Amino acid sequence: MQTVKMVITGPYSSGKTEFIRSISEIDVVSTEREVTTEAERREKGATTVAMDFGRITVDDDLVLYLFGTPGQRRFDFMWEILAEGMLGFIVMVDSSKPETFREAKSILETFRAYAPTPYVVAANKQDHPEAWSPDDLRIALRIDPEVKLLPCVARDRSSVRDVLLELLYAILEEMEE
Amino acid sequence: MPIQGNLRDFSTTQLLNLINLSGRTGVLRIFEGVPTGDKDANGNEKIQPGKERAQVLFRAGKLVYASSAGQLNDLIAVLNKGGKLSEAQAKVLRERAKGTGDKALAMRLIGANYVNRNDIVACVQQYVLEIVYSVMGWNREPFRFEENVNIDAADRILVPIDLQNVIIEGARRLEKLEEISKHIDNLDLCLRFPENPKEKYAGVHLSVEEWRVVQFVNPKNTIRQIAKANNMTENDIRRIVYGLEQAGLVEIVRPTTTKPPVAASSKRAQPQVVQRQVVNRLIDKLKSLS
Repeated sequence: MQTVKMVITGPYSSGKTEFIRSISEIDVVSTEREVTTEAERREKGATTVAMDFGRITVDDDLVLYLFGTPGQRRFDFMWEILAEGMLGFIVMVDSSKPETFREAKSILETFRAYAPTPYVVAANKQDHPEAWSPDDLRIALRIDPEVKLLPCVARDRSSVRDVLLELLYAILEEMEE
Repeated sequence: MPIQGNLRDFSTTQLLNLINLSGRTGVLRIFEGVPTGDKDANGNEKIQPGKERAQVLFRAGKLVYASSAGQLNDLIAVLNKGGKLSEAQAKVLRERAKGTGDKALAMRLIGANYVNRNDIVACVQQYVLEIVYSVMGWNREPFRFEENVNIDAADRILVPIDLQNVIIEGARRLEKLEEISKHIDNLDLCLRFPENPKEKYAGVHLSVEEWRVVQFVNPKNTIRQIAKANNMTENDIRRIVYGLEQAGLVEIVRPTTTKPPVAASSKRAQPQVVQRQVVNRLIDKLKSLS
């Protein structure tokens, strides 16, 4: 049986776990633990310390695994391990929290350096009243025009599916090149 | 959709660049920062908007007006500050012209040969720019940019100013070299021109020093090499490159001759080799999910 792997990364509390939970056919194997700092505790009660793990079975011969990276920077030693052999990656950005944009850009650059695989950027929480639009995010994060930056609501399964599809299309396009 | 945040996370320079690139029309309001006592996701003090400190208006990506709270922003104050009206003249005019809008007052002053049209445009421009340069030095205030606002509603004299030049001049004045050093922390990166450089450089006024840097822009020349060739200090080159980059006139890139260090050293993170057919099967599966 062949397995392929995609990595979902992004800053703390950007919606990575929710994203995988929305589309995975199994309960997400989450390694969330209580957060340790007061600031993070206010944002979110628990955070992913190793990885989230979701699965989509295509058929008897093919399975897609989704790995979510830990959001807190002190677990970034896990990133390169998770990036190993990935087909592509998705950078989640909380569109309503501009204070996390710089961190998102830094994570994006780090993953690009790990492996030259295709990637897309998901502008998450687009249903939030204070969310920045994808066009504004593109400028704020200085994302090249050829990179797909997609609106996303991680708790909406169809929105998550669309983001994954766009990443797969990007992978196909790169194969054609 | 309004754009809001904090200048600590997204600086005025970045905001001006965003408004310039996206050709927005609207009003940018900057507020006093009132600490809430909470911490944000980065562990920084959370700040909520207090009283309005400044207002900056834009039309189609150009700066057209700015006002600052706590000071007079009418035409009389503008001309007084620009040296076209004395204190005494300003005092008399303010009493006589009570209730008169800026545009009507401008017509009266031109008719009475106090000033000419060019004086008014120059003074308004200078006044607006001084406020914006001052705002560019703020670094913790909450902001909110709103579109769908009728910027012509108030009786203000709007003078369009190219934001690229404002960004460059603002960067020239920016004294916070620490922040610039943080932004350009690696002088072994290179510079390249953005797409459509001709279009971007049209109408831009560069200083001699900036031109000296621009002539070396090439993905093969590191920033350090450019500084050496021009006999510039690290701080000088950082300041110049920062201004050019924020104005969208150059982009910072890795040198074309060397690979990114992490990718070069990492043998583990090789991309997975899959066939097109596998990707198509994944696409079909995802499409079938409701």
